[in-house]
Amino acid sequence: MSPAFGRGVMTNHIVDLKNTDCALIMGSNAAENHPITMKWLFKAKEARGAKLIHVDPRFTRTSARADLYAPLRSGTDIAFLGGMVKYIIDNELYHKDYVVNFTNAAYLIKDEFEFKDGLFSGYDAEARKYDVKSWDYKTDDAGMALTDPTLQDPRCVFQLMKKHYERYDIDTVCKITGTPKDKYLAVLDTFCATGAPNKVGTIMYAMGITQHTVGSQNVKSFSNVQLLLGNMGRPGGGINALRGENNVQGATDMALLFHIIPGYIDSPMNSVAHKDLISFIRAVTPGAGKLPFTNLEEFRELVKAGFPNSGWKIHSSKWVVSLLKAWWGKAASKENDFGYHYLPKRDEKKNYSHIAMFEAMYKGEIDGLFINGSNPVVGGPNANKELEAMTKLKWMVSIDLWLNESADFWTHQAWERAVDNPNVAKISPENIGTEVFFLPAAAVYEKEGTAAQTGRWVQYRWKGAEPVGESKSDLWIYNELVKKVKKVYEGSKRPEDEPIVNMTWDVENEHGHDDPIKVANELCGYSTVDGKPVEGFAKLMDDGSTACGCWVYCGATTLKDGKFIYKPQLRDNKDNSKTGMGLYSNWGWAWPVNRRIVYNRCSVQPDGVTAWPGDEDRMLVRWDPLALADPKKPESLGSWVGDDVPDFIKTVGPSNPAFTKPFIMRPEGHGCLFAAKTSMKEGPFPEHYEPWESPTLNTLNSQVLNPATKVWEPEKQSKSEQYPIIGTTYRVVEHWQTGALTRNLPWLAELMPNMFVELSEELAREKGIKNGQNVIISNTRGDVEAVACVTKRFKPFQINGKTVHEIGLLWQYGFKGFATGDTANWLTPHVGDANTMIPEYKAWLCDIRRA
Amino acid sequence: MANLANLYDVSKCTACRGCQVACKDWNQLPAVIEPFKGNYQTHEDTNGDTFTIINFFEYEDPVDGVRWNFIKRQCMHCLDPECMKVCPRQAYTKTSWGATLHDPDKCIGCQYCAAACPFDIPKYRKREDVITKCTMCADRVEEGLTPACARTCPSGALTFGDRDELLQKAEARAKFLRANGFPRATIYGRVELGGLNNLYVLTDTPDMFGLPVNPKVSGNITFWQDWIQPYFGWLIPLMLTASATSFVTSRILASKHGEHGEHGEGGHE
Ligand code: SF4
Ligand code: SF4
Ligand code: SF4
Repeated sequence: MSPAFGRGVMTNHIVDLKNTDCALIMGSNAAENHPITMKWLFKAKEARGAKLIHVDPRFTRTSARADLYAPLRSGTDIAFLGGMVKYIIDNELYHKDYVVNFTNAAYLIKDEFEFKDGLFSGYDAEARKYDVKSWDYKTDDAGMALTDPTLQDPRCVFQLMKKHYERYDIDTVCKITGTPKDKYLAVLDTFCATGAPNKVGTIMYAMGITQHTVGSQNVKSFSNVQLLLGNMGRPGGGINALRGENNVQGATDMALLFHIIPGYIDSPMNSVAHKDLISFIRAVTPGAGKLPFTNLEEFRELVKAGFPNSGWKIHSSKWVVSLLKAWWGKAASKENDFGYHYLPKRDEKKNYSHIAMFEAMYKGEIDGLFINGSNPVVGGPNANKELEAMTKLKWMVSIDLWLNESADFWTHQAWERAVDNPNVAKISPENIGTEVFFLPAAAVYEKEGTAAQTGRWVQYRWKGAEPVGESKSDLWIYNELVKKVKKVYEGSKRPEDEPIVNMTWDVENEHGHDDPIKVANELCGYSTVDGKPVEGFAKLMDDGSTACGCWVYCGATTLKDGKFIYKPQLRDNKDNSKTGMGLYSNWGWAWPVNRRIVYNRCSVQPDGVTAWPGDEDRMLVRWDPLALADPKKPESLGSWVGDDVPDFIKTVGPSNPAFTKPFIMRPEGHGCLFAAKTSMKEGPFPEHYEPWESPTLNTLNSQVLNPATKVWEPEKQSKSEQYPIIGTTYRVVEHWQTGALTRNLPWLAELMPNMFVELSEELAREKGIKNGQNVIISNTRGDVEAVACVTKRFKPFQINGKTVHEIGLLWQYGFKGFATGDTANWLTPHVGDANTMIPEYKAWLCDIRRA
Repeated sequence: MANLANLYDVSKCTACRGCQVACKDWNQLPAVIEPFKGNYQTHEDTNGDTFTIINFFEYEDPVDGVRWNFIKRQCMHCLDPECMKVCPRQAYTKTSWGATLHDPDKCIGCQYCAAACPFDIPKYRKREDVITKCTMCADRVEEGLTPACARTCPSGALTFGDRDELLQKAEARAKFLRANGFPRATIYGRVELGGLNNLYVLTDTPDMFGLPVNPKVSGNITFWQDWIQPYFGWLIPLMLTASATSFVTSRILASKHGEHGEHGEGGHE
């Protein structure tokens, strides 16, 4: 979503679902995995007559509650949505005012840019990479993009998009996706009706969209649909990425990813472009590339004057320097680049994502591993290989509530298989040299701290019970660990030890206890002069006078009457919006700056004062020419005001050209239908490619697989001649992730006691499988035994004139706990999305037989 | 005191079964882990350690395509409960606000109530030789709390409150559903068996959810109630193993199970 809007977050929030006129749930089984969303959708149905659409390979508990269900074959979302884009354009269902003013539809694209037979210009087949030079706007001499607001120029984004999706007609799409034509038409009709200015539709998605080789482009397709229909930045609209864990948002905010540092800033690399702080700032600040500056002082002047194509990220230097100050305190000074060289630099040519890490481990390149609240032996793709990779470790630390499958990966049980398979390793415990440490962890109710839920609400949780036995909170564990590490390095004069010796570590309160509030203080930012909280990220500095561990969290702390307030602890359950939009702005705190719906400038017409026709109750913010931007300054006349915190620079009024640029985190300021330059690895427009393991050829172009994605193990590809059935994996509401928690709780084990596989009655008949029987599912990577659940809810697909079957496996089982079963991930491949490397868990090939 | 009731709206239930777990938690019932049999439903039926269960019905409608109906089952807390009428030891009582309570201390495990209940609710707990069933969380309600299942339901399918108010709400809801894609939507529990304290909003006719369309008290039960119990009831505890009684009992049980077999079939996933 970041290439389209500037931020990769759920745009609205869960309560806001009640404001929708139509919800398209695709690649998500919301009723199972985000049950609370259903409550708000039911309210929308009851109060507004909203329609619920569910698109999924299988009829699920979500489909059971939907008004309209349409099946689609796993891995064909781009075809489905590309057809929707065509339908919107052909039938002129797009929200014209919105598209012209708030998106880059009118931008002209370089003449060198072209698309031919599945490839965009600039492809290097050997490197499986694009040179993205031509994926760019035509600009004037000042570097500003040329536009055609009539949308008629054949080189404008709108026309190029129209042309790109010409091939995605309804019949072609249905042949690829296997969706019955009447159902597809019904979905198009129902959802595209939200292009009307007084209607707003929302899209909800989850792992069914992202866990593909084209995961990022799937999301980009949603962005295109929602921009065309004018559904972004408005209550009841948006693209709602439902997070897989209750604190995944928090984890990404903290940069538990390899390619970013906290606050979504690219992580530094060992390249020339990142060689020192000033080069790094040049590299991460949009529009700064060619500007003349050699030090921070000069750069500051340029920022003050403003430069084109920068957006809000023009302030990146303040976030970076404040981060360095937070981590290295006094040791970070102007003289030493604020300790920039203390930051670890990743290898420009290396990938450090989950798959890459386990491939490296498999090769013996990694000595030790910490596993925190994760269970790769069950949850990792190609789990047989990952299990084997772990035997190559010298040591491993598992921090969990229970001795889960990963902690016990060295036991006999971990290697037991229903079928002997020469391709699957079987190692006995005496041959595993890994030293395993287990640290019992406190459960969520036994510790304090915040979790940032899917809608970016950061909410504090107080402790409900004391931890059981010797288990400890994560903060306690890491506090002790860091203290010990620092002790080891104490007094060292070696320059390479400086990052550890000089690292600030201030997480204990006056009683000597580790305290989440101390962490919060560092994270949200404080003045290095007087220690007071920084009141918002606009006040962060790049001169060392502020420290802030994660700029997007800045503003969550404040002083009130001398008392330190941590806003995630606020608990006012009154809706502060005048029209009942359910903002609850004083319950917890949402990043950024407690904004509940991002891009909310779009909830009002381009003129900034008029609501969209017929939609007066869903206007979040507006321009008030008589309001004071700063109550203390009478000359600051004119300001953005509203029930939500405006996602806009408060003082930018109609006289400023940026007035109609609502996506302030994008350099263009506009929502991007065309993802320019380096935004997306595989092209500016999403194009349909088949999954790595597919039962059919690509009928839209002669590329089969996403041309930009990396294939790790070409020899492990399951071919459709031998493995004709599509396999997919998913969860059930009764179990949590790898089941390490829930399979150990008898009441939950009772609800879903065994591993099962769902298949259609047609396939069961063909294979002689009866409901409740044990079956074996196999492919090149392993074999899984499961109980058959023969159901009317799975139906064979008609794909390009052929009958294709799909089956679905629960991936939440392992050999520990009360509810046990084989691990579905023994079958999933080591291949991932070209941009994020999120593994392809959702579409691969296999075969099934009676056990 | 006015009658209090639980309203269950199937159109809002996602079959998450939080209610099942909450019930076990509050009532401290052990898990009864049975192997997965090709159906999401945890058990065939409620049992001695499971007071409530979500039943799943999967079928294909010629017009609407695949449908998957869920329904929560537990004691209906009938306004005029059959279980109470047949119990030879007066183990059953009605609270002033409508719950049907069963006192295990008085129970002798004869299971007449199980046979008499039109909804197959009372279940035998072998290890203690007693009958058990949903209590409507009387211990919570009398302390001003809502039943555990209603308290936990995330989607808003369960509401606890004044029966008359809930009936109005249910009627309005059924009307809305009839106008919005469910022409056969109806409510259940208003008049059935003289009224139930568990009310249902259904998206289809009751039989599609395995509910008896016209629940009736079986002839055998009437016979038992009117003729046998008044005269011989006091003998039961003494004669529990006597052949005459067990003959009557097993006849009643057998006839009940026959009935169940019929409406239990059809569309069960
Ligand atoms: S908790 Fe509510 S939604 Fe979940 S199964 Fe029970 S009644 Fe249905
Ligand atoms: S449902 Fe059965 S057990 Fe419950 S009150 Fe009615 S007759 Fe008695
Ligand atoms: S009312 Fe109480 S006892 Fe009855 S089903 Fe609900 S939670 Fe269980």
